[in-house]
Amino acid sequence: MSTHIVSVYDEDLKYLTRRISEMGGLAEQMVAESVRALVNADLALAQKVISDDTILDEAERQIGEKAIVTIAKRQPMAADLREIMGSIRIAADLERVGDLGKNTAKRVIAVSSASLPRQLARGLEHLAELALMQLKEVLDVYASRSPEKANSIRERDNEIDAIYTSLFRELLTYMMEDPRNITPCTHLLFCAKNIERIGDHATNIAETIYYMATGAQPVGERPKDDTANTVGAFGK
Amino acid sequence: MNMMSEAAVEKALDQKMNAVPFKMIGKDVSVYYGEKRALFDVNLNVRENTVTALIGPSGCGKSTFLRTLNRMNDTIDNCRVMGKITLDEDDIYDPSIDVVELRARVGMVFQKPNPFPKSIYENVSYGPKIHGLARSKADFDQIVEQSLQKAGLWNEVKDRLHEPGTGLSGGQQQRLCIARAVAVSPEVILMDEPCSALDPIATAKVEELIHELRTNFTIVIVTHSMQQAARVSQRTAMFHLGNLVEENDTDKMFTNPDDQRTQDYIMGRFG
Repeated sequence: MSTHIVSVYDEDLKYLTRRISEMGGLAEQMVAESVRALVNADLALAQKVISDDTILDEAERQIGEKAIVTIAKRQPMAADLREIMGSIRIAADLERVGDLGKNTAKRVIAVSSASLPRQLARGLEHLAELALMQLKEVLDVYASRSPEKANSIRERDNEIDAIYTSLFRELLTYMMEDPRNITPCTHLLFCAKNIERIGDHATNIAETIYYMATGAQPVGERPKDDTANTVGAFGK
Repeated sequence: MNMMSEAAVEKALDQKMNAVPFKMIGKDVSVYYGEKRALFDVNLNVRENTVTALIGPSGCGKSTFLRTLNRMNDTIDNCRVMGKITLDEDDIYDPSIDVVELRARVGMVFQKPNPFPKSIYENVSYGPKIHGLARSKADFDQIVEQSLQKAGLWNEVKDRLHEPGTGLSGGQQQRLCIARAVAVSPEVILMDEPCSALDPIATAKVEELIHELRTNFTIVIVTHSMQQAARVSQRTAMFHLGNLVEENDTDKMFTNPDDQRTQDYIMGRFG
């Protein structure tokens, strides 16, 4: 896109883009590390994830402040305005992703005291891989601003939902087998839910990017395969 | 994918706006100043009880177009207007049209407040007097009060109606000029950068006024301030090098315009 007549305006917008990319990188790392800490019962790594979250929170605040000041100073229009509003929304989504990683990390202590079936951990790892891939791709799309790619990410969230539902069933089975599994499995259930939510945030970000690029809102229901909320109902 | 296509969004917007009838229709309007062509076949319609903003860089033809709407260009010697402009159904360039009467129907407010060197009262009563709109003192009193009320100036000047209009502040003078335009009960009011000589508070008052005047009048405003166009208008037309580049719903124009030139201009970018 052509540059602004007032060149510092371009600097303001570049600052936002750069900070969003940084936040994205850190959020990705936190999620990956939280799952690794969970699977390996690595308390030190979990602690690192917890403390990293403050960096992400601070970055979100700074992006918000920069956005407000830019709106006040430059009265942005059209694509510039969408760009700035989009930065605020994406920063909020990434901050939530960080919170979810942090929440997973906090559960490491509770889960690590119990011995986890290897298979379960693998299920979680797979779920996390998909969510992280989703997050990574959406951050690439943020860099390229391609509305087509933003769309395809939005359509793919149902893979994560499907795996989450199967993990949910699996955890239920373990709990039914042995009541001593209930505590760790409940924690794992929350961890799985955290990771599944990351996919939703990635989808939010994809929708925001679509709006930033085109000025139109994506319409229609998101594809959903998350049927965990009905597992156990109607004798399923 | 079920993204709502841009065409569908536009259709929805158009349907809303399409319900509003056209007050003035400009068809293939071209303007020449001597050999120099200032407007190129502009097709732009002005909707009734709507504020239409004309934007674009200096020299783009927006003021030229505005001035064709009440034949202000007639006062410029070597200026020729081609094409057709109608007010309701009447061709305003038809030889049978009385230009003075036309300008009573299509009033104008200029960039610099230009009150007559007369009293506030006479500034407002002058138009009705020459058009024979009132006879008795009571009638004139009523027109003056109503016009000043409509221009949001009454409370500030009611105790000094016989003081010179030029003694008012810039913002008050501009509202006096608006009261003067309103006094002859025009159907359309043209405003050529009415706030560019005013401070932000006076500007806000004029903008508030434009908002209120819209219920009774059709307004066309030329402005260099994009924010002002976005605030006061419902439709916006973008001119560039004598061409009409885009005319759209104002909300769409300032969030997601169709034309790249509009985009660059309103965002302060150079293409």
